[in-house]
Amino acid sequence: MTEADATIEVEHLVKHFGRTIAVNDISFSVRRGEIIGFLGPNGAGKSTTMRILTGYLPANAGVVKICGKSVASSPLQTKRHIGYMPENNPLPEDLRVREYLTWRGHLKGLGGRRLRERIEAVLEQCDLRRAHRRIIGTLSKGFRQRVGVADAILAEPDVIIMDEPTIGLDPHQIIMIRDLIARLRGRMSVIISSHILPEIEATCDRVLIINHGRIVASGTPDQLRQEFIDRTGYEVEVHGELAAIRRALEPLGDGSTIDVGEGSPDAAGFYSISVQTGAGRDHGEQILGLLGQAAGVRVRALTRHQATLEEVFLAATRRSWETTTPLKGDAARAAIAATDSGHAPHPGS
Amino acid sequence: MRHNFILLRHELRVLIITPSTYIAAVLFLGVMGFFFQELLAGYAAAPSDISPAVDFFKLFFFPVFFLTPLLTMRSLAEERRMGTIETLMTTPVTSIEVVLAKFSASYLYYLAMWLSTLSFHYVLYRFAANPQVIDPGPLLGGYLFVALSGLMFIATGIFSSAMTRSQLVAGLLTFSLTILLTLGLRKLADLALFMTTPGDIVNAVAAHVQIFQHADDFVSGTFDSRAPVFYVSTAAFMLFLSVLALDARSARS
Repeated sequence: MTEADATIEVEHLVKHFGRTIAVNDISFSVRRGEIIGFLGPNGAGKSTTMRILTGYLPANAGVVKICGKSVASSPLQTKRHIGYMPENNPLPEDLRVREYLTWRGHLKGLGGRRLRERIEAVLEQCDLRRAHRRIIGTLSKGFRQRVGVADAILAEPDVIIMDEPTIGLDPHQIIMIRDLIARLRGRMSVIISSHILPEIEATCDRVLIINHGRIVASGTPDQLRQEFIDRTGYEVEVHGELAAIRRALEPLGDGSTIDVGEGSPDAAGFYSISVQTGAGRDHGEQILGLLGQAAGVRVRALTRHQATLEEVFLAATRRSWETTTPLKGDAARAAIAATDSGHAPHPGS
Repeated sequence: MRHNFILLRHELRVLIITPSTYIAAVLFLGVMGFFFQELLAGYAAAPSDISPAVDFFKLFFFPVFFLTPLLTMRSLAEERRMGTIETLMTTPVTSIEVVLAKFSASYLYYLAMWLSTLSFHYVLYRFAANPQVIDPGPLLGGYLFVALSGLMFIATGIFSSAMTRSQLVAGLLTFSLTILLTLGLRKLADLALFMTTPGDIVNAVAAHVQIFQHADDFVSGTFDSRAPVFYVSTAAFMLFLSVLALDARSARS
């Protein structure tokens, strides 16, 4: 990735609150038009990282650049490139939706005809047209979330950061937000955090999993599966002697295990058996081939079970708990020592 | 600073659409009207050479003690409690612009409330048999004093509101600081410790930060430039502290 492509560049970011390290030497970058999902348990440092990116929180060490400009040294310039929807989506209770968006547009440098056009566009995109005259304090959770999203995309910023944008929404509204974010692909860089993992998988190009303030995994969902899930499961519906089926699948090797379940066939005489293989390559064709060659064995169906992002998330965070201990990061320790002695190791970002 | 007008317009709009604004205004006018009526009743019973305006402005501390906390406690504390300060501070505005907008809106409202008491004097002028009962000098001096001292009192309220998420704590802090600035400074001048050496600087400063004395001076037509300097500089210092408090508390949230 060249520097010109990157709208967000984060290098060795550290943030601590007293002795508690919230962000521990994080580095990543985001290309223009890319959609990134932040995953992590509660308290992992997702919201803190997002707040530092927006310039709301200062970092203790490291560098954050938005569209090539440092958040620390040019905060007003970088804020012009960011649309942000915080966690819990705070909104003023007394204003009407259109009044709020108009005010926010003015703050973000929009005005006149352009502002009117953008307000109409976001009201349409976020399905808020029928609520635009309503007072925000009287809106349901779903409407409020959509007002927050409308505000984030109002000025068509280069970077959109949304902390839990789909929380509290019903499935229709979640699909609407997902489609909306998908339409931003290629034009704006988007970072979203969510606990709804299928949402992240459906929406994001790349996933960053954060735990204990560190990035413990980064890549596309498929890459993460390969890295963290060492088994692939297959469900085979097969007719024949169990012993013959077992013998037929023995050449699979690769540490494969075969589970024939309860051992009783269905009404048509087909057993449903589960085969676990190594995750290095797809064994589906081999399984079909081996069973097809076996005498007295017929196959009705083969299903491959892809590991969910949830399994990847659990595996990645479990591995990070096993291999890292909080408060032991070198960069973080250096930052605390430097702060305690009155010297920052890097200019704060 | 180009966002000042946008922020101020928003703050004024919020004041206009908030019912508590009107409740505070009605209570203020009701209480001040009652005091004014009592003053006039006193004048009717025992004629005096002193203009009613002089006695009226002696009561300036009453709305300051109670109105200033009510006007300012919501401003920054509520934004922090609701979390809307986060969405505000992630747009290209500075803490200085936010604090100035909150201050300006509260100050304009404070002035508007005081100016509405001009109607009392107009009613007196309209219905009094003797038009000379209205003396423009003390009126002008009194309103000038209210406008100048209001800078300091409102800035104190904004500072209190920047210190906490709780409106109640902000209101109580404003009330306490206002007591300190008025009665506390008066007590300072009384302390024997500073009275031993009449020429010493602490004594001199204490003598010039007497807010009740300033009120009397302005109403009686004595204009001392040290009073405006005191109010403007104290207000600027309070607003500076508000900006620091806003930045510091955001960094820790």
